[in-house]
Amino acid sequence: MSVLPFLDVALALLIVGLAVWTIAARVLFASVVGYVAYGLLLALVWVRLYAPDVALTEAAVGSGVTGVLLITAGKRLGAARAGEAGPAPGLAQKLFAGALALLVAGALAAVILILPDPAPSLAPQAAAAADGPGAGLGNPITAVLISYRSFDTMLEKVVLILAVLGVWSVGADKAWGAAPAPLGQRNPYGASVFLAQMLAPVGAVIGVHIFWVGADAPGGAFQGGALLAAMWMIAMMARITEPPRIDARRLRLALVAGPAVFLIAGLAGPLMAGSFFAFPHAFAKPIILFIEAFMLLSIAVALPALVAGPPSGRSE
Amino acid sequence: MIALVDLFSLAAIGAGVFFFFAGTVGLLRFPDSLTRLHALAKADNLGLGLVALGLLPRADTALAALKLIVIWALVLLSGASTAQLIGRALRRGRK
Repeated sequence: MSVLPFLDVALALLIVGLAVWTIAARVLFASVVGYVAYGLLLALVWVRLYAPDVALTEAAVGSGVTGVLLITAGKRLGAARAGEAGPAPGLAQKLFAGALALLVAGALAAVILILPDPAPSLAPQAAAAADGPGAGLGNPITAVLISYRSFDTMLEKVVLILAVLGVWSVGADKAWGAAPAPLGQRNPYGASVFLAQMLAPVGAVIGVHIFWVGADAPGGAFQGGALLAAMWMIAMMARITEPPRIDARRLRLALVAGPAVFLIAGLAGPLMAGSFFAFPHAFAKPIILFIEAFMLLSIAVALPALVAGPPSGRSE
Repeated sequence: MIALVDLFSLAAIGAGVFFFFAGTVGLLRFPDSLTRLHALAKADNLGLGLVALGLLPRADTALAALKLIVIWALVLLSGASTAQLIGRALRRGRK
């Protein structure tokens, strides 16, 4: 009799409890902390489902980067709220919002409950594709991401760029082109400078390592890129470096590098292998790693740009 | 010999679990944030260190063992630094 099923049930209960707590928490900061813990527990669930790739992404992006985004957003909301607090929603509005939430949750539950058995799946085709052009890669996840559903993977990065553009466009007109406001305080505390100086070099090496082993083991461009992004954010918070101006040529080139290289490689597909986004069998691995290297760069730049926020024009 | 290594792992991981347990009890029971922080640091630093120590002989390769040590060192570094940062934020809030 294994103890693992009990641990799984306990984990599931803990997650549901934490989710409820996150929604019910009165203080914004508390619910962000709840959300980060929720993401970390979810990463454990992915490990238990034998999906370490997803677990890494969940821990790095779902919990880490999103947590930082939410905390900074909460801080800005707090500053804005002091001036413009509207009247509290009335009972009818609360009931209506609750009914809508129930409707969405009910529809989702219904969709999952009426799934045919066995559920329709593209997994066999994906597995076949992973054995095909991506066969040089030891990690089938990376093979599927880049080789089977390459167009989706490329578009995901385009969405990231659009998100950065959205954040930038919130800034005032006359601030356009300037740098976002610095992330940390003017005189950073010694401990945070120390942490950034010690952790950032190690974290950068680990981020590149996770990208590199992504070809053969759990890992990849997104997980590695998120780690590199986190290291940059830590350095910005300790004021070792400042957010770059948003009209900096290098920043913009780095942002579009990933999708651009991916798209060019995809367009070269018809010449090299006979179809859009197809890679010749013999060179699949080097080509995929080449594309992923640029994706790593784009992700490592886009996530800190999201956290740094719109251009402010203030130099403090 | 194997039994001896197993015994060592068991003892170290057991001690680590004890520190995690004690740290959690402290986190729940101590009266204010600074003492709670103190309890938490014990669980992180000593508890995780002992668990990693217990897992060392069970690592498949020397590289895997090295990774365990690196993980512990990283947690030590970030745990100690964030404890300092939280502590300072608390002191500022009190003034």
